Amino acid sequence: MASPTTRRIVGAAMTGATYSAAALAIIPLVAILGMLIVKGAGSLDWNFFLKSAVPVGEAGGGFANAIVGTLLIVGVAAAIGVPIGVGAGIYLAEFGGGTVGWLVRFVADTLNGIPSIIIGVFAWTLVVRPTGRFSALAGSFALACILVPIVARTTEEMVRLVPNSLREAALALGYPRWRTSLTVVARTARAGIVTGCLVAVSRVAGETAPLLFTALGSQFFSTNLLHPVAALPLQVYVYAVGPYEEWHRQAWAGALVLIILVLLLGIIARLATRSRHERA
Amino acid sequence: MTALANDQPAIRAPRLSSAERRRDLRIINRGDVVYRVALLALALVLPLLLVTIVGGLVVGAWPAIKQFHVGFLIKSTWDPVAGQFGALPLIFGTLYSSLVAMVLAVPLALGAAIFLTEFAPRWMRAPVGTLIELLAGVPSVIYGLWGLFVLVPLLRDVIWPVIKPAVHWLPFFSGPFYGPSVLAGGTILAIMMLPYVAAVSREVLRAVPPAQREAALALGATRWEAVRTVVLPYGRAGIFGAVVLGLGRALGETMAVTMLIGNRHEISLSLVQPGYTIAAAIANEFAEAVSGLHLSALVYCGLVLFVISVLVNAVARWLIWRVARGSAAGSAAI
Amino acid sequence: MRRILPVALAAVAAATAASSLAAQANIRITGAGATFPYPIYSKWVLEYTSVHPNIQINYASIGSGGGIRQFSDRTVDFGATDGPMTDSAIAALGGNVLHIPTVLGAVVPIYNIPGVTQQLRFTPDVLAGIFLGQITSWNDSRIAAANPGVSLPNQDLVVVHRSDGSGTSYIFTDYLAKVSADWLRRVGRGTAVNWPVGLGGQGNPGVASTVSRTPGAVGYVELIYATQTHLAYGLVRNRAGNFVQASLASTTAAAAAAMQSIAEDTDFRISITDPEGADAYPIASFTWLLIPKRMTNQVTARHLVDFVWWATHDAQRYAQALDYAALPPRVVSLVEASLKSVTLNGSPVLPTNDGGRGARRP
Repeated sequence: MASPTTRRIVGAAMTGATYSAAALAIIPLVAILGMLIVKGAGSLDWNFFLKSAVPVGEAGGGFANAIVGTLLIVGVAAAIGVPIGVGAGIYLAEFGGGTVGWLVRFVADTLNGIPSIIIGVFAWTLVVRPTGRFSALAGSFALACILVPIVARTTEEMVRLVPNSLREAALALGYPRWRTSLTVVARTARAGIVTGCLVAVSRVAGETAPLLFTALGSQFFSTNLLHPVAALPLQVYVYAVGPYEEWHRQAWAGALVLIILVLLLGIIARLATRSRHERA
Repeated sequence: MTALANDQPAIRAPRLSSAERRRDLRIINRGDVVYRVALLALALVLPLLLVTIVGGLVVGAWPAIKQFHVGFLIKSTWDPVAGQFGALPLIFGTLYSSLVAMVLAVPLALGAAIFLTEFAPRWMRAPVGTLIELLAGVPSVIYGLWGLFVLVPLLRDVIWPVIKPAVHWLPFFSGPFYGPSVLAGGTILAIMMLPYVAAVSREVLRAVPPAQREAALALGATRWEAVRTVVLPYGRAGIFGAVVLGLGRALGETMAVTMLIGNRHEISLSLVQPGYTIAAAIANEFAEAVSGLHLSALVYCGLVLFVISVLVNAVARWLIWRVARGSAAGSAAI
Repeated sequence: MRRILPVALAAVAAATAASSLAAQANIRITGAGATFPYPIYSKWVLEYTSVHPNIQINYASIGSGGGIRQFSDRTVDFGATDGPMTDSAIAALGGNVLHIPTVLGAVVPIYNIPGVTQQLRFTPDVLAGIFLGQITSWNDSRIAAANPGVSLPNQDLVVVHRSDGSGTSYIFTDYLAKVSADWLRRVGRGTAVNWPVGLGGQGNPGVASTVSRTPGAVGYVELIYATQTHLAYGLVRNRAGNFVQASLASTTAAAAAAMQSIAEDTDFRISITDPEGADAYPIASFTWLLIPKRMTNQVTARHLVDFVWWATHDAQRYAQALDYAALPPRVVSLVEASLKSVTLNGSPVLPTNDGGRGARRP
């Protein structure tokens, strides 16, 4: 057994080490955000938000088509994925004790672990290939596939948290099970469910890989679901790896907008749920 | 029910005829049945989706599977012109870059998790924890962008000249350093997997009963010793699970990796050489694989990646479940 | 918050539906393919749309391999490639494809050598040696021999090639296969080959970008990508023994020799690398649009053929500013014949008695 002094020194050193580890862990976030603000903020002019992409060498291009495209694709993905996910989540929480519940839970966790590029390949095979065209809808389908298992699991967790006494009280008052589940339990968990959806939406809003061969990207402003559409992360990628200074400048700005969007959604969601679960 | 003190029979509910009873139950049950069936239908979308994905992958990969069998996984030539495809460099690159990421990320993530649960002042815990978790929300393409413009020049022009004399003789650092490399890819993967490992480890460490910690302290241990001898061993399985979970994330990362790893079908122990991962290869080559066989080979790679990720994630979740027992926080953190 | 979200979603959905319906008024044509001509194609699309505002042509620059693939899969209306489709690929489509040349471009070797500001000269052997991995340092004697008077540093040579299926790669490997028996044997020509050495970049932009970021790098891109990104590019020695710079004149000269022997019924899949001619640039090529020969969609057929006609006639004047060479007149007249053979459900799309009123037709 080492001397008390040695032990104290080791203890202090390890404390310091963990402080450093935490600091090092935060540095990339600060560095990235800082870089985005420094390089991107300057390019956030009206042109950026109102104009679409123009050919290289022409002036005045912007990311309007990409921003709207992302809102479109993510919106449709949420419209498809949220009902399915919430429904599945409520099923898991309310009736999910048996084998079917176990199976669905296992499948949801498995789906959560599939790389998003594979989902993109899947969406290409199922939507792009048969319909013969790239489309915003194919992109939304891919994102919905990613959304559903996340929403299902978070919804399940939120609904599970509703105290049983609430269920029992409703049942005791004569409510049938379905009404209990829908109007009492789900309603109580509603805030949690919504924030769970927000987290999932913020996650898919930043996805690029599934859109590579579904939505394809476009230089036009488009809101047509059946045609290729630009998307913010996709456009950032194309511009970042390109050789033009003009593109790089816009890529930084686009990345800044993207990260603000994503982090804002995430922070709102975390703040809302954290107040429920903060332990002493 | 215990017998009553007096001999009076217990009061029973009025006798309903069986028809009346069935009618009562039916009114309530219909709504329940519809509700349950509707939810079940929605829930069954998930297994349906998984089966369709697996089916689609197998069908798409079939021509390549028929042509190359299992040899696909151990051959190294990727030659679209000659129709020869071997995925070994891709599999190697996927695993090697993830290994590099683990080596870099795990000590930091674990250190941060221990910091948050043991040593941080109470007021610091929530903000620092949130900051680390925010890293998980940063889209992959932004990591790639930052890596391309900041990390790679940093590694190549600042760090490499300094460490080169010391490590150049090692096989892990041999050869010229162009910039895009397994090291760059592994580093960005480390940054990306760090928040997952840290967040889950933190939940695992929190799940350690305070009594254990307090017992060690009562016996005279310093805080670090308590962590080392009691908390970490208790949460060992869960921490291991957190690491494996982070690994699962790293294996499937696409955008940041393809921007930083050099995109070269080659096996090399050297970290400063370019490499390739399955996900990056699919991203680059899928939209334009001209021959059916090339496309099928890529889907075959995708199937391999799918199997690896699923296995890794399953192992991770089982390990975490053992400690955190599937608590709300444990799986919500994932 | 709880009430805003569903309302916002409903609003977005309604707006989407409304604009979807409105957007139906627009005719959309989708194409995908080569990054080689992307600068001129995107210029053409801009100009064409300003004259025909109800037609949107979306060109996705994903590489020639992608263009061929997506066209073959019928996920786009037209493809674009600088690596012509192989006979078997055409046969797989039942012959239902036409290669229409649009412009001529040049592939140049780009390099990034700190401290070297002069324009380097590359011989065919040096290029083959570099890309085969036999020459690994900039001060190699073979490079020095072709560049007397240039002080080349002892810098590692970093090869950059295309990671995606690329017509630019096809042009470059086609050239190397003609000038180096070693290359032909070991690698061959194609849109995606088994590169002996080097890093992969995505698209012409990716290669240009990787070379500009990597000291000691050498790659190959279409000329406009080198000039737009201010990358140094080298002279290449042609068959006549002269070191030629890629330019409008030298690219046009490269096509001239092929024009002598062009057949009436050509399908335009002509390679003009390593040509005869004192001033000819050795790594030049046509780039092609792939359109179906037998179309079935009336709206697409009319407008697509109209666009291609316009591109090969009136729009040729935009080529020069972007350093692409216009089509030789002989080629244009043969293109006209080819376009007249496009049918819609059996009957020709273009009226057989007229030709050349492209942009003014409705």
